[in-house]
Amino acid sequence: MNLTLKIWRQKDASAKGQMVDYKVNDISEHMSFLEMMDVLNEQLVNAGEEPVAFDHDCREGICGMCSLYINGEAHGPDRGITTCQLHMRMFKDGDTITIEPWRAAAFPVIKDLVVDRMAFERIQQAGGYISVNTSGNTQDANSLPISKHAADEAMDAATCIGCGACVATCKNSSAMLFVGAKVSQYALLPQGQVEAADRVKNMVAQMDLEGFGNCTNTGACEVECPKGISLDNIARMNRELMKAAIK
Amino acid sequence: MALDSRVPKGPIKDKWTDYKNKINLVNPANKRHIDVIVVGTGLAGGSAAATLAELGYNVKAFAYQDSPRRAHSIAAQGGINAAKNYQGDGDSTYRLFYDTVKGGDYRSREANVYRLAEVSANIIDQCVAQGVPFARDYGGLLDNRSFGGVLVSRTFYAKGQTGQQLLLGAYSAMNRQIARGKIEMFNRHEMLDVVKVDGKARGIIARNLITGEIERHSAHAVVVATGGYGNVYFLSTNAMGSNVTAAWKIHKKGAYFANPCYTQIHPTCIPRSGDYQSKLTLMSESLRNDGRIWVPKNLEDVKAIREGSKKPTDLSEDERDYYLERRYPAFGNLVPRDVASRAAKERCDAGYGVNATGEAVYLDFAAAIERYGKEQAKIHNISNASDAKIYELGQAIVEAKYGNLFQMYEKIVDQDPYKTPMMIYPAVHYTMGGVWVDYNLMTTVPGLYCIGEANFSDHGANRLGASALMQGLADGYFVLPYTIGDYLADDIRTGKIPTDSKEFDEVEKEVKDRIDFFVNNKGKKSVDYFHKKLGKVMWDKCGMSRNEKGLKEAMVEIKAIREEFWKDVSVPGGANEMNPELEKAGRVADFLELGELFAKDALTREESCGGHFREESAEEDGPQKGEAKRNDKDFAFVSAWEYKGEPADAVLHKEELEFKDIELKQRSYK
Repeated sequence: MNLTLKIWRQKDASAKGQMVDYKVNDISEHMSFLEMMDVLNEQLVNAGEEPVAFDHDCREGICGMCSLYINGEAHGPDRGITTCQLHMRMFKDGDTITIEPWRAAAFPVIKDLVVDRMAFERIQQAGGYISVNTSGNTQDANSLPISKHAADEAMDAATCIGCGACVATCKNSSAMLFVGAKVSQYALLPQGQVEAADRVKNMVAQMDLEGFGNCTNTGACEVECPKGISLDNIARMNRELMKAAIK
Repeated sequence: MALDSRVPKGPIKDKWTDYKNKINLVNPANKRHIDVIVVGTGLAGGSAAATLAELGYNVKAFAYQDSPRRAHSIAAQGGINAAKNYQGDGDSTYRLFYDTVKGGDYRSREANVYRLAEVSANIIDQCVAQGVPFARDYGGLLDNRSFGGVLVSRTFYAKGQTGQQLLLGAYSAMNRQIARGKIEMFNRHEMLDVVKVDGKARGIIARNLITGEIERHSAHAVVVATGGYGNVYFLSTNAMGSNVTAAWKIHKKGAYFANPCYTQIHPTCIPRSGDYQSKLTLMSESLRNDGRIWVPKNLEDVKAIREGSKKPTDLSEDERDYYLERRYPAFGNLVPRDVASRAAKERCDAGYGVNATGEAVYLDFAAAIERYGKEQAKIHNISNASDAKIYELGQAIVEAKYGNLFQMYEKIVDQDPYKTPMMIYPAVHYTMGGVWVDYNLMTTVPGLYCIGEANFSDHGANRLGASALMQGLADGYFVLPYTIGDYLADDIRTGKIPTDSKEFDEVEKEVKDRIDFFVNNKGKKSVDYFHKKLGKVMWDKCGMSRNEKGLKEAMVEIKAIREEFWKDVSVPGGANEMNPELEKAGRVADFLELGELFAKDALTREESCGGHFREESAEEDGPQKGEAKRNDKDFAFVSAWEYKGEPADAVLHKEELEFKDIELKQRSYK
């Protein structure tokens, strides 16, 4: 298929960006979206032009590096996937595809489609851990039985890949699905109880400090989340925060 | 220089404990004055950085991604081995040790492997304490599954995302130390060389990938944990950015490179679909617990399937060849990876491949779905359940076990693997070879350590499933933090290492000159052009089976590609900005050198062992006909290569392998 691409180009963080049109031809429907981008970049390199910078690494939907706002949707038109798992069979010959970076005040553009997600790092550093030394001198793993349901639910929350689609898609640029998922993973497990109150307070405080917006229960984040992280996690985080406040 | 593996004396089961008791320690007050650089933040690097920081060292950690959590350990699916014997099925430290040495086709260092097995159980305890949500049974205890090459269930898992959960555990431990200021994290930074002062590793030169700035970082020791070099094949299951640069640069500065030809070609990957393909996707080996691998028995059926006139589900049991079950009745579909891969290649080379490219076999879950369905019907007291009901019940179980993998497959191939068998084919996955290290995990350069996949030590010529995660975390959490202290104990009075020395000047100049060359070369061909060309030579001549003629050709061809690369590569953009093409150019330049050493190593090793299959060395008759034939008399050694300018001029040093606790045998899975 032959396509027209409208892509956000921006030299660096301080430069002014703009949408630029490109044509790519003979794209196979079996290609992944990023392979289509590779074709475009190869074309640009061969023409002596600078290729489009975009984040990507594992290309199997788990590292969370890839982003892209495609035709107005985080990770593009398919559901339950990251951009690297999006395939060209979702498009048809003659389509025009608009490709933009994540847009959020807390995710400034570094170059073209690459954004700075350090805000997520700082939120995790504020409390996204259990304070146990890695000495290996902990108790035997099976001395702490954990209900299968709790373990499974914690796992569901822990599958978050930290890509930032929830923020990009939210009209308030809220990071509550991301933070809620991490808070939930530990809140659901007995190991996480000791520091539960401090954790949620510190992580939420850092989240606010970074300039992320609030949740107004639209639910777009859950829809666009490539890992299907549930809104329940936001509710759980709010409960945890309430519990911590009245403690 | 003679190789000294520094394996402690004494019985194998006491070596590590005795050694730890006698090792030099650094007191907590002195640790504050010692800096350690850790390059790479996957399971090995991440866990090492966190632990070293907890101990009190000042750690500087480097990752080329925008967060430590994105290292490619994250993509490991199936699980992590540990000799917990929770299932009571006869597992023990010795058995894990034995399985790993046997699985590695008797080409690993016994003492290292035993230590790995010994600390494996601690890893699980540690990870549970960190809040890693491993799978559990209804009693709340940890669940296990089985992996290839073993007869027990010792693999712990978190759905099909075990690597992700373990890495997030190490990442959380890192975050705690970053918040305390004990780890200084350098995201989007790439190590481009190591700096030696008076023969010791004392720092690195790194490039800030956002600004392009070249930075000097000093430390009292440098730890390289940058993973494997599977991307030398261009197509692999590695992440796009996975590279050999750090490992290769330290090799050029004096670290020997061991067994580069030991590569793991993983049997269950999604087959390639076209020339545009950028990477291959792995389907976890855990699928072989329930999936049965087959091709049609008759070539007419193969033809009909390729033409689309027949579907795989149309074939009756009699018309299918479950070749692994046929050839290896004892292990069946759970033979080790190298064996499963070669068997798939054998069938496809004979013309039985089931897709258009002729390079695919089936992985079929119909039998498992039926088996689970019947079991569920019994559990739920459903008598006379219809086939459809049984199927529905069984599908739910398979979905709970492998749902995310099935979804991944469906998104890529656009076929529903619950309804039609998956198609799979082997792909490059892991490299057992790597930087040579001694028992302390130190390279041949003092103060320079190498851990995780980047080193060579634990997996011999073939790695068993779920052992990579085990090794990464063992090295990082429990081994390196002890052994590095022994070295650093001599550095308590050294003081900060200055970066304004001539040694730093010189290496920085080398790095800058190379970058300037790339951005000014203005050649005609893209970096990918050369990478793909290299990958094709590697796959065709250094792939699943190798022979003398092909390997000699590969050496010549790779050298020619390298020469063309340096003449004609085109790197748009500048040096002082974010420039992904420039990053790739540096990495491919190093792959082009490694590739040649790889072929040389494969040529030198005139035996078949593990992932290294030399066509000249196969069993000629008897029940093992066609299987790999090892030559213990002449090749029971580690090939450690010393850099001498050109890859072809590398000098071989042999570390003879001694097997005191395990008898060397033909590896049989029949």
